[in-house]
Amino acid sequence: MKQGSYKHSKAGIILRFLLILGAVFSLFALDVFKGSVDIPLERVLRILFSPAEWLSETGGLTLEQSGQRDIILLFRLPRAVTALLAGMGLALSGLFMQTLFRNPLAGPSVLGINAGANLGVALVVLVMGGAAGGFVATLPFGMKALVTGAAVFGAGAVLGVVLLVSRFIGSVTLLLLVGLMFGYLANSLVTLMIHFSAAGRVQAYLQWTFGSFGATIWNDIYILLPVIGVAIFLGILLIKPLNALLLGEEYARSMGVALIRVRMIVIVVGALLAGVVTAFCGPVTFVGVAVPHLARGIFRTADHRTIVPASLLLGGATALTADIVSHLPGQGGILPLNSVTALLGVPVVVWVLIRSRAGRSFI
Amino acid sequence: MKLIDARSIHTGYRHGFRGSVTISKHISASIFSGEVVGLIGPNGCGKSTLLRSLSGLQSVLDGKVYIGETEISHMSPLERARKISVVLTERVHAGHLKADTIVSLGRYPHTRLSGGMTAHDRYVVEHSFSAVGAESLRYRTIDELSDGELQKVMVARALAQEPQIIMMDEPTAFLDVTRKVELMDLLETIARTQGTAVLVSSHDLELLMRISSRVWLMDESGRLHKGTPQDGEFKSLIRNVFRIPAHYVSF
Repeated sequence: MKQGSYKHSKAGIILRFLLILGAVFSLFALDVFKGSVDIPLERVLRILFSPAEWLSETGGLTLEQSGQRDIILLFRLPRAVTALLAGMGLALSGLFMQTLFRNPLAGPSVLGINAGANLGVALVVLVMGGAAGGFVATLPFGMKALVTGAAVFGAGAVLGVVLLVSRFIGSVTLLLLVGLMFGYLANSLVTLMIHFSAAGRVQAYLQWTFGSFGATIWNDIYILLPVIGVAIFLGILLIKPLNALLLGEEYARSMGVALIRVRMIVIVVGALLAGVVTAFCGPVTFVGVAVPHLARGIFRTADHRTIVPASLLLGGATALTADIVSHLPGQGGILPLNSVTALLGVPVVVWVLIRSRAGRSFI
Repeated sequence: MKLIDARSIHTGYRHGFRGSVTISKHISASIFSGEVVGLIGPNGCGKSTLLRSLSGLQSVLDGKVYIGETEISHMSPLERARKISVVLTERVHAGHLKADTIVSLGRYPHTRLSGGMTAHDRYVVEHSFSAVGAESLRYRTIDELSDGELQKVMVARALAQEPQIIMMDEPTAFLDVTRKVELMDLLETIARTQGTAVLVSSHDLELLMRISSRVWLMDESGRLHKGTPQDGEFKSLIRNVFRIPAHYVSF
């Protein structure tokens, strides 16, 4: 590429992608190998690579061995897969919202989708939790399915309203404000419910708002994986119109972008990603807003051909890092995910932003 | 060749249930290939609205706009984009993008869903850069560019769209005199050498009179008067609409 300096050259971009890809693989491995319980590396590998021997019921495993097998295959592996998928989904959703709304502060939560999910979960945990009382308590998985369902329903309801409104609103800024208002509305309802709820239930709700990648089982991942897979596929199809949108909506239309349709698809995909991740992992903050900036800072471009894959990989890496750190106390328990993501991530993102674009525009 | 034909259009805005605001009524006008049409008029008289209506960015309240044989409202956004490209007044805020990426976006209506560029697409982009004399800006990011440089890049982008007509809304607004002359010169060259029609609105009357083959004058009531820069009677009409004494201007 003539006249292109190294920082913009193809080789530089490929090198950076390879480094990030390497980081994602290492972090994934680390997330599986390390946890609250110490399991020797050699045993982890044997469990992972010859599961047949370890899965047979009559394999004559000791209690310790079968316990370790369950920890690896039923807890750590799904947790790591969840973190990877959730990180990818949130980052992509954040990128979509930032481009659509031409706003560097936009994220998955911007349309009020998260607030909708919060409201759904609050209704189940705080209000119905009382009504269904004993029934839910004796069925932990029933409770979880109920919470997930409530989050999906809450997110979906707000999405429906936003889509309906977006048909009548020409300006995205107005749409952004309407989304924010829905968010305030949902959050105030949640606050009201908290105010009138018993302390124990409030505790359970707050626990959910901390966020966690560890609450999923394989059956959840069978839902998470296809949704995020389809969204990523659509995200790749959206690269061309998203790049056109970087010049503003008017230019995009003048170049042949079917604006209303593209906006609709971007909102549905972004909200679907945010909604499904929130349903399974709680309202995970920070990743969605910060990762696209990280990607733009590292690759020094806003071109979606680069930033879509970069955000996906960096989102996965960020979520995996946060999960690993939240399990560092070992036997001492698990740190709240949302505090870890921000504590770790804010200094990194601020550093990247200041270093890469002092005085420049942010998208 | 007649490229665009507005037949008794009413321009303005629809406001949902509250009816509509009409800005200009009964405008009939055509643009032919290879000509520069200058659009002038006092602020707020409806020049931008007319430009947007003719380019299909907003729909007309009444009447019809034909692009060739087809009515503009019956064209898909992509079909329209292959005929008309626009350069808008507001500055583009996408500081991280290279000029090359922006001009390549001009190929939008010609590339497939993947946005992949063929050898021909790359050739057109290169040609567009050299047509506006901005080869040296190609690999700079746009927040490194001055207003004049960015405007050239935006014209190159409009050219890369390979339209029959380029419509520009006050492209000289933020430029110094040197860049204004340069840009106007460029527009004339484009029309003359590429056969692309250029419709350009501007407040730089003298410059515009110099490069336009025809001039559309919109008065404050939104009526459109058509004339040539050589027509003495038309010139005095222009001075009347803008209320400038004759000795202030050279036309």
